[in-house]
This record gives sequence, C-alpha cells and structure tokens, in this order.
Amino acid sequence: MFELLTTKFENLFYKIRNKGKLSPNDLDDALREIKLALLEADVNFKVVKEFLENVKAKSIGENILESLTPYQHVVKIVNEEITRMLGSTSSGVIFASKGPTIIMTVGLQGTGKTSAVIKLANFLKNKFQKKVSIVAADIYRPAAVLQLEDMAKNINVDVYSENNSDPVSISVKGIALFKKSGSDVIIIDTAGRLHVDENMMNEIVNIRNKVSPHQIYLVLDAMTGQEAVNIASTFNQKVECDGIILTKLDSDTRGGAALSVYYMVKKPVKFVSNGEKIEDFDIFYPDRIASRILGMGDILTLVEKAEKVVSEKEARRIEKKIYKNELNFEDFIGQLRSIKKMGSLDKIFSMMPIANKSKIFKKVNLDDSYLSHIEAIINSMTVEERRKPHIINGNRKKRIARGSGSSVSEVNKLLVQFSKTKQMLKQFSGSKGKFNLPLGNL
Amino acid sequence: MQKLIKNLSHIWNKFKNNHKSFWDELEEQMVASDISINTTGKILEEVKNHVYSENINDIEKIKSLLKDQIIEILKTDGNNNLNISPIPPTVFLIVGVNGTGKTTSVAKLANMFKGNGKKVLISAADTYRSAAVEQLQYYADKLGLDMVYHQKFSDPGAVVYDSVEKAKARGIDLVIIDTAGRMQTSYNLMEELKKIKKVISRRIDREVDEILLVIDSTTGQNARNQAELFNNSLHLTGIILTKTDGTSRGGIVLTIKNDLGISIKLVTDGEKLDNIHYFDPVEFTESIFS
Repeated sequence: MFELLTTKFENLFYKIRNKGKLSPNDLDDALREIKLALLEADVNFKVVKEFLENVKAKSIGENILESLTPYQHVVKIVNEEITRMLGSTSSGVIFASKGPTIIMTVGLQGTGKTSAVIKLANFLKNKFQKKVSIVAADIYRPAAVLQLEDMAKNINVDVYSENNSDPVSISVKGIALFKKSGSDVIIIDTAGRLHVDENMMNEIVNIRNKVSPHQIYLVLDAMTGQEAVNIASTFNQKVECDGIILTKLDSDTRGGAALSVYYMVKKPVKFVSNGEKIEDFDIFYPDRIASRILGMGDILTLVEKAEKVVSEKEARRIEKKIYKNELNFEDFIGQLRSIKKMGSLDKIFSMMPIANKSKIFKKVNLDDSYLSHIEAIINSMTVEERRKPHIINGNRKKRIARGSGSSVSEVNKLLVQFSKTKQMLKQFSGSKGKFNLPLGNL
Repeated sequence: MQKLIKNLSHIWNKFKNNHKSFWDELEEQMVASDISINTTGKILEEVKNHVYSENINDIEKIKSLLKDQIIEILKTDGNNNLNISPIPPTVFLIVGVNGTGKTTSVAKLANMFKGNGKKVLISAADTYRSAAVEQLQYYADKLGLDMVYHQKFSDPGAVVYDSVEKAKARGIDLVIIDTAGRMQTSYNLMEELKKIKKVISRRIDREVDEILLVIDSTTGQNARNQAELFNNSLHLTGIILTKTDGTSRGGIVLTIKNDLGISIKLVTDGEKLDNIHYFDPVEFTESIFS
C-alpha cells in the first residue's frame, strides 16, 4: 500500500512521456489517483472532494502543465496543501496565564485516553518542569481508576479519585484539592463515550461548565475510518475542543482521519502518541503526517533537495550529453557530488517510498564509503582520462588503482558499469535526463 | 446495526435522470461506510453488468442486486457458529490491537456460554496493561466464573499453560483467553502470540478451536491490515466486530471477507454483557437498506 501512489504516478508518467507536456485530461487522471490514495488513507470522501477542487485550482494557477515534472508538481501542491492545513493553526502547549492549567481529555471508548493522559502528564512534567496532577473521572469502566493510579505511580504524579461519586463532583473536588497543593497542570481523564450517547455527552458538558478547563483535547485513534468527521464534530459541538491528540500512530495506518477532522472542525492536532512506552509521545509535526497520508515516504523532501543541488541548466546540459552519448567521468563526478550534498545515502534511501526497504537494504550496500571510493578512483584519473574513458588502458588502470588505493579489478568494475549505464541512458534519453548511478556491488 | 448506506432512497431518484451521477454517488456512499475502493468497485461492476445487460430500470431491482452482491461476499460455505471441540476443554483465543474491546468481548462471550450451561474459565493473559487483570476479574466475579491470572509482566505463555491445565483438571468446557492489545506491526508481540498459540495446541493436541480477531467498527482501512497481519501470524478463525452501537458502519468487514476470506462470527453492540450476537450476513445486509 505504501508505494501505491508513487507506482501509479510512474505509470501515468510513462504514458505521457512522449508527449512531453501534460494535457488537462492528464491532470484529471493524476487527480483521480490522488483521490483514491486519500480515500485509501481514510480521508473522508466529502473532504477529498473539496480538497481536490482546491488542488486543481492551484495547479492551474501555478501552470503545472508547463512544468518539467508535472506529476511531481501536483503531488507537491497536494502535500503543501495538507501541511498548510494541518499546520496553519499553531500547535504546542498553551499554559494558563494565572493559576494551574486545567486540561480535559474526551473521546470514544478505546482510543487511548488513559494512556494519553499519562503520557501527556509525563511530557509536561519533563519538558516544561511542571507539577502535574490527574483527576480520575472515569467511574464506568471496571478498573479504569486503578489503571490510571498504577500508571501515574510510575511517573510520580498524584491522582485524585473517589468512590461512589459522580464525575462532575469528582472533577470539582479534585481540582480544588490540586489548586491548593500547588499543581501547575491538572488533567481530567474522562470515561470513553459514544458521541451519540446523549446522557454521556451531557456529562462532559457539565464537567466543562463546572470547572472551565483551559484546554479540551479530543483523543482520536489514528486508525479511525470515515466516521471520524462525525465523531469530531459532535464532540466539538458539545464541548468546544482546542485540539486533537492522535493516538496509535505506531501502527501502519496512513492516518487520513487527522486531515478529515481538521477540515471539519478546524482544530489542530496538538500531540501524537506512537508507542507502548510512556515516552512515545510528542508534539505534532504536520509535514510528517502529510507524506504519510499520501503514502509517498519523504519523496518530496528529496525532490526539493535535488532541486536545490542540481540546477535546471545543469540537468539540461547532462541530458544533451546523454543524448549524444558523450557522457564522461567529469559529468559523473559532478553528479556524484550533488548526491553527496543531499545527505548520506541511507538517509536518501529512507526517504524513498519503496516497499520492503529493509530487504533491499541488505542487498545494496548503502555505505557512504562506497561513494567516496568511486570518487577516489575518478579523482585519480587525469582530466583527459575523465573526458575520454576509452583511452584508459592497462597501464593507466594500474596507476589509477594505486592512486586511489583500490585494485585494478575495482577500477575495471567501475569502467564496465559506467559504460553500461551510458548505454542504458542513451536508450532512455527521452525520459528527461534521468541520471542514475551505476549502483552495483563494487 | 446502523444503516450501512445512508439516505439510499434519496440517491435512487437520481437514477432516472443521470446514471453517471447515480453510480458516482452510490460509490461515495459505499466508500463512506469504510468499504474499500476495490471492494466497492467490484460490487458495483457486478451490479452494473446486470443492470445494463438486462436493461433493468427498476430501482427495487437494483437494490436487490446490490444486496445480493453484498450477501454473496459475506456469506460462508459452512455455518458461522463457533467451533466447539468434542473433547473438552474448548479453547478460544481473543486477539486484537489496543482498545478494540477484547476484554469486554471476553466477558460477553463468557456470559453467553455460561447462559448455555457451559462451565467457563477465563484466562487473563494480558499481563502487560495496568489493571487489565483487575478489569477482567471484575467481570469474572460478576459472572461467578473462575479466572486464572499471574503477576504483572509475567509470561503470558505461562498463564495460558496454567489455564488449560486447570481446565482439564476441573472438567471445564470452555477456556476463553484474553490477550494484551498489540499493533499488528509489532514483530515481538506478534511472535509472543504465536508462542501462546503453540502452548495451547500442545496442551490440547489440536489446533486452537477459535482464534478471534476483535475489530472496532470505527476503524477504517487499517482494519484490513490488522486482519491480514494477525492472520499471517495465527490463521484466524473469525472476527468479532465491536462497538456497532455507534454510528460507524463497519463496512471494512466486507473488504476483509472479500480479500482475505475471513468471516465475521460475532457482533457486539452495547455496554451490557448480553449485547453480543452471532453475525448474520442477510440480517446485516438487510439492515443496510432498512
């Protein structure tokens, strides 16, 4: 699933390769693929519709049909839109200007409220040196209070709980107590409830009215499907929420619900929870979820990086040379240095949307020393040799090997791979000067 | 069970005017029920084939074609009942990701079989989550059932071993095992489940009678990944679909059945212990159109 969109885009790309330019129909095809990708990621279908209309308008506005890399450009726009939307409201922690900050968490059953409360408490305690306390207002689920107390003990946080009382008065009493004892932050853990359960929803309204929390967070399971929008908007209507805590991001979910919810209630994701450990909790970074929703890896970061280091003029020059079969080691080392500028090889690789990365990782030795090794061999060539690789004979090979601290067979391998690559590039020279390293086992 | 396809009659009117917009909207409504794009496409293609090759213009007929397609996917060849071993104890293993309602489902299943006059033993193999044992103990006490548990963070394999041995010694009919929630992508925790499964089958000299994956009906497309990966590790015998008293429509079970062939065996729909039912494909499909 992860490589879905990229593969489809590559297929589209090959289809139009010979046309050179994108037609308005091609754009619609691309948008259709994005639509499917978003739906597969659980983005609500209504949101997808509206969202793509924006993207289309923007694509036409930015003249992407004229672009050298039109499909990448569309995806870039989509990605930017998602990031912009999810990140347009400032996230992070907002503390009350005076007195303790009261935070209430709400949500459906099983979204991970109790764990999130503990993780949030731990986060605020360690990152902001706050004294945090918790009020246990879930009187319904068997052993819920016990769970909270047990977990709170591990992080040295006080919990207020009470038998035979109702959540509203527990909250009121707990907050009064912790105010006196000098807490900086008081978090109320409420019971999970269905958004359509009128009585239970009124209960959190009553708590809110009585204790006026500074922040109300909706805890949302990142695996939630199409219904996420109704859940979020109902909770938001009842007790206006300030943000979302997105949980269970350690699964392989694409997390499109986050986008849907933002669209419907315009409330930012504040925190993400992504693991079994108490420390698996962080402030939300919108750019990370955007590429996840699209199933694109961090390919866009990669595209941007490549754009920065390889100028278009340079790309055109190389393309011409490939076409004329004049490519030499001088061009090659230039490309090599560009790649090195983009970062370490394994980092570049990790940004690529490839399935079974770890398997490929084992096959291809992505050690950066490999690049340095090639570079050393090329550096040991004379200018003439670099420009005309065919003059490299036996004696020259020996000298190059000695100069670069490698063996003659390694020099041979590079020469063979280089000429193979040249051949291949010649065949593919229609494809807009794509330049590949002769990556093999040196 | 909530309506799977909302406002369907509203869409039907569109058929008279504009076929394309009718099909598009039907597709959207199905996707809105969390049925995957592929399954939706497959169902609609079949329906369209019939409609156009047989020149069908009757809305009721299209409705019933759609129903038939969905039932066709959901129905099973054999029966949908839970597998009870002729040699006691029968063992059910309950698994799933965090927060789907495993513990509550264990309690509901126990209640159901106790009601049928079976001697039930509950096994608390979630040794990880705080107060998981206490939560299960609450239900065991309420139902007056025995429960086997060990200390926190102890080996769940040992809990399971003890449970089956105790069940044999005491002439128990059914052991229901509650396990810790785990992400399907967590290699170590999935290996732990495989080990638990092995421990059971060694003690009973056969495969585990039921290995049921609990799926929250609020879950979207990821439920398919859950089913696939749990199935790869354990060979699931079925699914328990929970929280169907909410507004989510649980359409992903169609995709799971269609793609992976795993049947939905049980449905839970409320806070009470008797809010559990055998899954009925026809009823499920009918409720979509009610």
